[in-house]
Amino acid sequence: MTDKKIIATISLAGCFGCHMSLLDIDERLLEFIELVEFNRSPLTDIKKITRECDIGFIEGGCCNDENVENLIEFRKHCKVLISVGECAIMGGIPAIRNTIPLKECLEEAYLNASTTIKSNDKKIIPGDPDIPKILDRVYPCHEVVKIDYFLPGCPPRADLLWEFLYALVTGKPFEFKYQTFKFD
Amino acid sequence: MGTFVKFYIDGKECIARHGTQLVKAACENNIYIPTLCNYPGIPPKGACRICAVIVNDKAVTACTTKVSESIVVHNNTPELEKFRKSVVEMLLSEGNHFCPSCEKSGTCELQALAYRYRVTVSGFPYMFPFREIEAWHPKLMKDHNRCIQCKRCIRGIKNDQRKSIFAFGKRGTHVEINIDHDASEGISDELAQRSMDICPVGAILRKRKGFDVPIGRRKYDNKPIGSDL
Repeated sequence: MTDKKIIATISLAGCFGCHMSLLDIDERLLEFIELVEFNRSPLTDIKKITRECDIGFIEGGCCNDENVENLIEFRKHCKVLISVGECAIMGGIPAIRNTIPLKECLEEAYLNASTTIKSNDKKIIPGDPDIPKILDRVYPCHEVVKIDYFLPGCPPRADLLWEFLYALVTGKPFEFKYQTFKFD
Repeated sequence: MGTFVKFYIDGKECIARHGTQLVKAACENNIYIPTLCNYPGIPPKGACRICAVIVNDKAVTACTTKVSESIVVHNNTPELEKFRKSVVEMLLSEGNHFCPSCEKSGTCELQALAYRYRVTVSGFPYMFPFREIEAWHPKLMKDHNRCIQCKRCIRGIKNDQRKSIFAFGKRGTHVEINIDHDASEGISDELAQRSMDICPVGAILRKRKGFDVPIGRRKYDNKPIGSDL
């Protein structure tokens, strides 16, 4: 075995934009995979964490019980957990629903919206036990588990991701640069 | 015309006319004191506390303090910078600041201060209050989710009859900016634009205007707020 750092990544209530931004490090990916081994991640399609990991890369906040379970699992198996992007940090766009009671949100989505009035003639709001249960609001990750680092952006700039992850993996110092420190 | 006085900011000798607003006097001496509720040309308010400085061992707001002979001002100290960062974090938690979907992102002063202080996450719980959006006005839109209650619009925007077109409504934590129906009737595009520009955040927007400057070329994309001093 090599001494590569093990990294696991997940998208909770996110849009996969942060993962796309990770891919946007372009040719540096080749250097990155010399330094790390991906475990559970949408990039490897490994569905469960199979070993203890050094780094957990969290995209998205927690909008349902499955997100919470996954986040807790990541916290349990990752030495360092990083909230990546606005959704993981403060809920982001999904958290716009936080100002509206859940009942009203569901009624608007499944009963009252012009696109569902006709198609949902039985007036069903999905509640099957197999479907993850939606939470009362979207929670930032650090309100659910302890988070070690926060990387802002929507998505965080590829250069920011690269510079931070490279520094973390190699133990080199890191400082946020103004040009890549953005909230949008 | 007042007489000139000598005073000190972080040990640097400065000169300004007696009675000048400390924020302005610092600016004249190429020293940046961060502000949010203050706006050049309108009466200061001292509402946001971001410009807090220590003058002669006492904490005051620099926007409401006037310079006088030999005052000793502490501005760029670790304690004050930490305090200012906390104020920014508190404001970000108190409202609903979804920067990725905001028309003002890149030119927002609250966001620019958060960049300046490298606020990655607020140390306070995000409150997600329910706030209304008002779109009845033909030229202006008000998104109270983003309002930081600085009153810059109330103090700075007047119609042709010198009447404020914005006013506070409700009280306490429910306080919000209202657009005066009569006073704002028939306002010019220029005044609508000025209303949008005077708002430090994206709470007042000019309708059919926004996202017209590409990412990378917006006011605070490349240079931190206050770096032009």
